[in-house]
Amino acid sequence: MAWVNQDKCAIVGVGATDYYVRGKSWPRTINDMAGEAILNACADAGISVKDIDGFAYYSTAGAGYLDKFDTASLMETLGIPHIGFSATLTSGGGGVAGAPGLAVAGLMNEDCKYVVTIMALQQLPQHRLGVVFGAAAPSPENSFLQPSGLVGPGHLMSVLARRHMHLYGTTREAFKEVVQATRANTHNRPKAVRKDPLTDEQYWGQPMLADPLCRLDFCLETDGAVAIITTTTERAKDCRHAPALIHGCTHGGQREWGRAFAWMGMPDPHFASSGHKYVADRLWEQTGLSAKDMDVALIYDHFSAMVLMQLEDYGFCEKGEANDYALAGKLRYDPATGCGVNGGVPVNTHGGNLNEAYIIGMTHVVEAVEQVRGTAINQVKDAEFALATGGPASLPVSGLVLRKA
Amino acid sequence: MTTTLTYGPARALPGEQIAITTNPDTEPFWLAAKEHRLTACQCADCGHFRMPPSPYCPECQSTAKQWPTLPGTATVFSFAICTKNPKNGEDYVYVPVVVDLDGAPGARLNANVSGCDAEDVHIGMKVAVDWTDIKDGWVLPNFRKA
Ligand SMILES: [Zn+2]
Repeated sequence: MAWVNQDKCAIVGVGATDYYVRGKSWPRTINDMAGEAILNACADAGISVKDIDGFAYYSTAGAGYLDKFDTASLMETLGIPHIGFSATLTSGGGGVAGAPGLAVAGLMNEDCKYVVTIMALQQLPQHRLGVVFGAAAPSPENSFLQPSGLVGPGHLMSVLARRHMHLYGTTREAFKEVVQATRANTHNRPKAVRKDPLTDEQYWGQPMLADPLCRLDFCLETDGAVAIITTTTERAKDCRHAPALIHGCTHGGQREWGRAFAWMGMPDPHFASSGHKYVADRLWEQTGLSAKDMDVALIYDHFSAMVLMQLEDYGFCEKGEANDYALAGKLRYDPATGCGVNGGVPVNTHGGNLNEAYIIGMTHVVEAVEQVRGTAINQVKDAEFALATGGPASLPVSGLVLRKA
Repeated sequence: MTTTLTYGPARALPGEQIAITTNPDTEPFWLAAKEHRLTACQCADCGHFRMPPSPYCPECQSTAKQWPTLPGTATVFSFAICTKNPKNGEDYVYVPVVVDLDGAPGARLNANVSGCDAEDVHIGMKVAVDWTDIKDGWVLPNFRKA
């Protein structure tokens, strides 16, 4: 049955800072960068920052591990007079695509009128995402994980990737194709961190950080901030751009995935998955659509292998067939035609976390907005529906479908 | 081409660099390890195993626990191969494994495996517990090729 809030709210503003290689944003501060992203998003929407009266976060506003900011500091910093809504999706980057749905909840409850979702991060030497689990103080729970030397998210997910290879014959060639297909979309993006074409030799020559994943299978470690503004579709008529309608938005997941790679207790087939099947099925139920109806897919790509598993969980291909799907070129965007390749849906036309920047998934939401507005740098021809995903990570993970107005 | 890389002998991470903490739910596991006894948290009402140990049985919500002595053998469920000591960045080949514990269906441990070259570790490989002394007098279960 169609979602009761379908198309009733829309993303009307997007804004960002420059993207910096990890640690290079200093002496900017986290509130400086968050403020710039919010002000840019307000300008994009055509509203005053004083119109903002809601915040819908995920990942406890700061990737869960780094310098934090919060509603109080943002209100004080930016002069926001009052708010009626401030909420966060629990867990980490898995919530990025669901945060606009949280905004919808606030808007439909008439708690607020313009809601900001923001992520800002700054990885100074004492705060690196790449080794976050290894650097954490021992806790009773992580004492069952940390001593194994699985120090960062990529190390954890290399273990999932290995299981996928074992069960389904997935190859490193498919990981390479994820990296290369999305790298091909950054050469014309001024802010992208990695813009050069990537040859086979360069990929195979990369150091293995956690076999079977090499350095380029790991996403960038980036500093920067990205904000989006959500309001009602009715109110969106007064904004500067065509609204990106929130057509479907889900977050959650099922217990078999649960704490996922923080436990490593997932049974097959969930272990070698992205943990998205439950939210994907709900998203398609909400919208009456399927993966094949998407014109573009912005797939959270903190690690190349996890893109393949999401393609399976969302139904772009059958479980276990992402290797062949990728190697058939179906992730590619063809700039000559503005369409996909070989019957595929273009993935990460902005270059994704692997190549453009890693702002904990916010760039995927921005790209989804620009695609359905028709203003994307790598515009998909006649794009009507865009999928963005958050995670894979511990629950909740999330999915978002935006529709052209 | 998918390269098959050569890493050489897999070693457990140095115990003197590893610290753990416990709470009342998890401490019996670590106290058993001090005695070189591999156990897992089992529901004393329905028999369901769960690891890491947690307050409630997810199957029947009982808080009653028992800590049976397991055979100490396991099967590699998945693994990674790493080449840098996470504490100091030095070259150091180790293999984090996720293992299914024999005698405790559904219970898994994360550990290191040694006793073979890293590139010879494979899913389905049989391993046996190997005790590593770590900080503060605690003992960590690792595994060795069986
Ligand atoms: Zn029970």
